[in-house]
Amino acid sequence: MSGERRTIKVDYLARVEGEGGLLVKVRDGRVVETRLDIFEPPRFFEAFLRGRAFTEAPDITARICGICPVAYQMSAVQALEAGLGIAIDPQVRALRRLLYCGEWIESHVLHVTMLHAPDFLGYPDAVRMAADHRDAVLRGLAVKKAGNAIVALLGGREIHPVNVRVGGFYRTPTPAELVPLAEQLRAARDQAYEMVRWVAGFEFPDFERDYEFVALVHPDEYPLAEGRIVSSRGLDAPARDYDRHFVEEHVPHSNALQARLRERGAYLCGPLARYALNAERLSPLARAAAREAGLGDVCRNPFRSIVVRAVEVLWACDEALRVIEAYEPPARPAAPVEPRAASCYGATEAPRGLLYHYYRLDADGVVLDAKIVPPTSQNQRMVEEDLAAFVGPRLTLPNDRLTAQCEQAVRNYDPCISCATHFLTVKVEEA
Amino acid sequence: MIGRRKPKLAVWKFSSCDGCQLSLLDCEDELLALAGEVEIAQFLEASSAVDKGPYDLSLVEGSITTPHDAERIHAVRRASRRLVTIGACATAGGIQALRNFADVREFVAAVYPTPQYISTLDRSSPIGAHVAVDFELRGCPVNKHQLLEVVSAFLHGRRPAIPTSSVCVECKLRGNVCVMVAHGTPCLGPVTQAGCGAICPSYDRGCYACFGPAESANTRSLAGWLAERGASAPELLRAFRSFNAGAEPFRRESERHEDER
Repeated sequence: MSGERRTIKVDYLARVEGEGGLLVKVRDGRVVETRLDIFEPPRFFEAFLRGRAFTEAPDITARICGICPVAYQMSAVQALEAGLGIAIDPQVRALRRLLYCGEWIESHVLHVTMLHAPDFLGYPDAVRMAADHRDAVLRGLAVKKAGNAIVALLGGREIHPVNVRVGGFYRTPTPAELVPLAEQLRAARDQAYEMVRWVAGFEFPDFERDYEFVALVHPDEYPLAEGRIVSSRGLDAPARDYDRHFVEEHVPHSNALQARLRERGAYLCGPLARYALNAERLSPLARAAAREAGLGDVCRNPFRSIVVRAVEVLWACDEALRVIEAYEPPARPAAPVEPRAASCYGATEAPRGLLYHYYRLDADGVVLDAKIVPPTSQNQRMVEEDLAAFVGPRLTLPNDRLTAQCEQAVRNYDPCISCATHFLTVKVEEA
Repeated sequence: MIGRRKPKLAVWKFSSCDGCQLSLLDCEDELLALAGEVEIAQFLEASSAVDKGPYDLSLVEGSITTPHDAERIHAVRRASRRLVTIGACATAGGIQALRNFADVREFVAAVYPTPQYISTLDRSSPIGAHVAVDFELRGCPVNKHQLLEVVSAFLHGRRPAIPTSSVCVECKLRGNVCVMVAHGTPCLGPVTQAGCGAICPSYDRGCYACFGPAESANTRSLAGWLAERGASAPELLRAFRSFNAGAEPFRRESERHEDER
């Protein structure tokens, strides 16, 4: 084996959002390098935001990602409302939770059924998988459709919804409009339970990592649109202190910056982290499903993230129904907003994990500076560490098999590469 | 198309948010039926099976922002019998095209260490600026029903039935009260191409032109009308310089308000 070199390389990762590749280099039976290459072209969002009105931030930042536009809108409005001191009507807050649940369902089911399940069952995609697993694919499409129905009703359309504004919504629904949605969601909730059982039956590689989990924590709710940034190793901070605890670095093989904890390095955000820090705040039904699926209070096997995502889909259906049942139209769709000079910080839980926004406004509400840290840039370093730990003990596997498992290991993160690459900004724009 | 062979469909991504190709996966009721009619030969976001082509129909999402992509689009064109661009990025350069204006106004050539690279990276251009395009489907994002119509039309060898009239026409058909006339809400519907279903006015807000300019859009007249009702020059500039900033009528209109700032 002496001097033997081996390279595992995927030029274009399939079934991920955006353009990336992976590279693992092995020398003398040791992993010497792992890389998640991100060559999706940078899109400079933080630079575009400069000079725009603060009211445009929800519509502009939505365009960072076609899969999770609501997450960008929610982090944007949360940051701006906090900075401008705008109080939100409780029913508006509830409707935003409902909207966000719709996106979680749509985005998670896309990943669970169409992008990740084919890895476990040995198909190139969900369409070909449907030849043998038609019911499972149809069930997935039905649940996904229910999630999209929420976003389409509250947001106007599924992708880049138009109804979210700083202060609230442009138009709020009547209770009658939510009735057919509730009916669709009750069916979706049953199907989501079936989905949890289905994915729990997959075979998972024997692989655990000792992650530092980072997620929002809210005293009474499973985290969605607000909370403190908490880690499994003692971090507990408000969004405004993000920069004090986290730093982003530019590495040569990536058009996205990589985030790390200043004190301790790589960390994990997303479903596993949310679950580890908040399992007791899931609805009773989702908790029961998690137990039945064999999830303990903490899951450290990233391949089982597909099970946690399915549990979160079930929870989101449950939560959406809870909001609809308690809904009374707010007195007005939006609170009035007055611009003023302000520093605005916000963080919410996108389907893939923590999404941090920062805006500095002048007295007229024009954006002077913006910073956005999406979950995929935060998880990038952990993806690379996972690959190193995973490949090491499996070097006896043939190359095609190991390559496929490495791709699957990257998909554990549901990486959104389009989200991750709006940086390089400041470097080029201010050069 | 030829004999009994299923036509081959390819989906390509350039600089974009993935939203327009996601619209295809959002066709929950039609997806499996579509997959029965065509062979999905290349669709990296959905499948790891890759067929080298040639393809009967290529759907192209995203704009050209790097030297590598400026090469790659030619390979896609060569491999495609028909090529349709989907969405504002592929059709007008998208939100990324905002950099085109920053380049002109703020950047100084002397500061670039590698001007050739930066200048390409600094501009976002539509697919049609690089290769011949058989049809351009508008929208940020595209409307999924229009997307299915375009795919279906090309597979059957007919022109897609996509109206080029303004959002106002759709808005009237939907029975909305005009938000500009009734509430004085600024609305770009009169100069924006239909296709979304007039969503914004139906949600009590003005259209923000994500489907790009309608045929023979009189942006100057609308800008004057909005200015009379209190819109400032920076507001007008921003209104026309967003998701379709690179579309010619909007580019001209936004530049008109640059000098007024």
